[in-house]
Amino acid sequence: MSVLARLRAPSLRRAAFAPFTRALQTSADSTQLQESVDHEKPFTVRLHEDSFRSYQCESPSLDVEVTKDGLLDMYKKMTTMRRMEMAADALYKAKLIRGFCHLAIGQEAVSVGLESAITPEDLVITAYRCHPFAVLRGGTIAGVIGELLGRQNGMSHGKGGSMHIFTPRFFGGNGIVGAQVPVGAGLAFAQKYMEKRTATFAMYGDGASNQGQVFEAFNMAKLWNLPCVFVCENNKYGMGTSAERSSSNTEYFTRGDKIPGIQANGMDIIAVHQAVKYAKEWAAEGNGPLLLEFVTYRYGGHSMSDPGTTYRTREEIQRMRSTQDPIRGIQHYIEQWGLASQDELKQLDKDAKAEVDKAVEEAKASPEPFVKDLWTDIYYKGTEPSSMRGRERDEVHHY
Amino acid sequence: MILLRPHVLARLQSSGTGPDTDGATLEPPPAGGHLPSIATSKLLRTSRDAALRTPGLRWTDEDPSGPTRELVGGRETRKMNLYQAVRDAMSHAMMKDDTAVVFGEDVAFGGVFRCTMGLAEEFGQERVFNTPLTEQGIAGFGIGMAAMGHTAIAEIQFADYIFPAFDQIVNEAAKIRYRSGNQFNVGGLTIRTPTMSVGHGGLYHSQSPEGFFLGASGIKIVIPRSPIQAKGLLLAAIRDPNPVIFMEPKILYRSAIEQVPNDDYELPISKAETLIHGSDVTLLSWGTPIYHCETALSMLSSPPPSLANLVPESLRRARVELIDLRTIIPWDVETITESVNRTGRLVIVHEAGPRGSVGAEISAEIQKRCFLKLNAPVKLIAGWDTPVALQFEKFYTPDAIRILDGIMDTLSY
Repeated sequence: MSVLARLRAPSLRRAAFAPFTRALQTSADSTQLQESVDHEKPFTVRLHEDSFRSYQCESPSLDVEVTKDGLLDMYKKMTTMRRMEMAADALYKAKLIRGFCHLAIGQEAVSVGLESAITPEDLVITAYRCHPFAVLRGGTIAGVIGELLGRQNGMSHGKGGSMHIFTPRFFGGNGIVGAQVPVGAGLAFAQKYMEKRTATFAMYGDGASNQGQVFEAFNMAKLWNLPCVFVCENNKYGMGTSAERSSSNTEYFTRGDKIPGIQANGMDIIAVHQAVKYAKEWAAEGNGPLLLEFVTYRYGGHSMSDPGTTYRTREEIQRMRSTQDPIRGIQHYIEQWGLASQDELKQLDKDAKAEVDKAVEEAKASPEPFVKDLWTDIYYKGTEPSSMRGRERDEVHHY
Repeated sequence: MILLRPHVLARLQSSGTGPDTDGATLEPPPAGGHLPSIATSKLLRTSRDAALRTPGLRWTDEDPSGPTRELVGGRETRKMNLYQAVRDAMSHAMMKDDTAVVFGEDVAFGGVFRCTMGLAEEFGQERVFNTPLTEQGIAGFGIGMAAMGHTAIAEIQFADYIFPAFDQIVNEAAKIRYRSGNQFNVGGLTIRTPTMSVGHGGLYHSQSPEGFFLGASGIKIVIPRSPIQAKGLLLAAIRDPNPVIFMEPKILYRSAIEQVPNDDYELPISKAETLIHGSDVTLLSWGTPIYHCETALSMLSSPPPSLANLVPESLRRARVELIDLRTIIPWDVETITESVNRTGRLVIVHEAGPRGSVGAEISAEIQKRCFLKLNAPVKLIAGWDTPVALQFEKFYTPDAIRILDGIMDTLSY
């Protein structure tokens, strides 16, 4: 350990001599109104000047066109997603959800902001923190909760569980760290092959960014100019290891070598929306891949078995929750710009809670998968081996 | 009566100059080895007629619901070795399927074994392209394409290099149908890879990794033994709605030559083929060792003078049933069980080491299914539980002598 400390010390000193670069700021409510609010038509707002940093490309414009309905829809979705994750948390603590479960509380601006700026024809693939994407990309809350509970109404019929939820436009949560990134390059290749003006958003975390296959995917994507946006959700901790301790270069948007990159404030949903819009255009116009890093924060632990407080201070979490919360940020905009009253927002909160509660009840009422489904979906129906072993010696399933 | 391996091996490995225990002297083995080789194998179909009568062959241009036609009429064949047959299969697959693409390390230039020769010129650089040296990337990339409904024909340059892609194959390709509740699958994915020993490959160019995939339900593994088999099985593998790993025995690429039908045809997956019918012992193998088995059978029925005193007369008339397993996962349990129930004896030959191997899996299953019919323990003749060492490769791979010894041992148990 002391050797390590000696080795690290000079590099820290060197950092002090590095040319001064402005840091990205991650407050959730620093966007300013540029003109008077119009309730019917789009109006322009201006992001904080340090909302983006770029690498080998232009930064997205700081002026963003928003609409009242768009912002209210974002608020509603973010609130609902947080409610859903909180419900999953409660179900887990009640021992109704077992096994692995990774929640995205605190990162709602990324999932909702991403979905707000792309079309159903664009594709998304992500890692294990996947519940909001599954709902936003065509799934249902009952389907996600049902899957977590291992019930038949789950989106993979109770056979996948937390990390394995798919929709036709969402290629799933993936349990193997980094494995989804080259798969995303394959999706993008198919899109390019079919000559569609669409993009794939291949998402991973700051932890997965050090996997070898992520770099392999970068290289292939740039070599073949694939419409692939590699999205790094940098929540600052890969499991219990902070980014600084795991990555030689924590500027994840610069790690694509020849692939340009954008770093964006992942707590302000308007910045997320603007960055994704830029990335979508970039890829769809045939500019090839782009790295997009969202600096965000997860409030909970890595998974349910991680209290999340052994490798960071409670004060740090508390500070993030109170000063940079993405939902509070958009709430601030809506109230400040007079788009809705506090009561109207409270009503949206109540609706979100009711919707999630109803979905939880629906999922709980769904039966567990049939025993016969233990043997289905392994091979294409009709091409299976004649029989497969079951749990006990005399339990043999014949197809 | 019981012949033990050390006797046979000791005699054959001796230089032949000293007197042996029986007082007779052994001649040194001929330079080219004993008896039939791949070049003269009777298992290869070298005439048009024989080729067109390949069992299980199904022409894809014929309506399967119509009455069975005389297969031979109007069909042409061409002399091909195994790599040419593989190339021919990919050409047919790409002609019929616009979404089919071929990619891998160096495939645009023809590949290290010439299996993709001229495909890039025929179908264009967009459909036949080189990848970087990223096996894991290749597999993941193929899985992504196949998940979109495309036909991805990936090449891993040597089966020994499949291990970096193991995670993608086992955790992504094999499981995606199950874990998505059948919403997604990668049935369009086929991974071709050259396998087995080549005589001088050493640790990283002569392995047979098929056994590592035994636990990965969801994928299939197919290993052909000849050009006709390679073309038919590869076309079936490419069109199979499950991901398939197609392992091509690399020493057969040039040495196995047959008349191969020109048209598009398929051979059944998950179906073993009985090459020689018999009633006394079942000899099961796949890939290259099939030909060593043929040599061993010839040694058994008419031993050369140097072996004559080691092969008892009573065993020479033994009728050995030779079966090519062809599909390794999921393997054809019925055919093997039926055969062993008749013969009462099973000898399995493969190149991979014995521990945790396909042979171990088969013998466990067969001893369970045929326990009361067995007259001898199931015999596994395999490589050793060592790496495939360069200098010792000839000792590592099961040759005809070891197979002969194993058959005699099993017959006289």
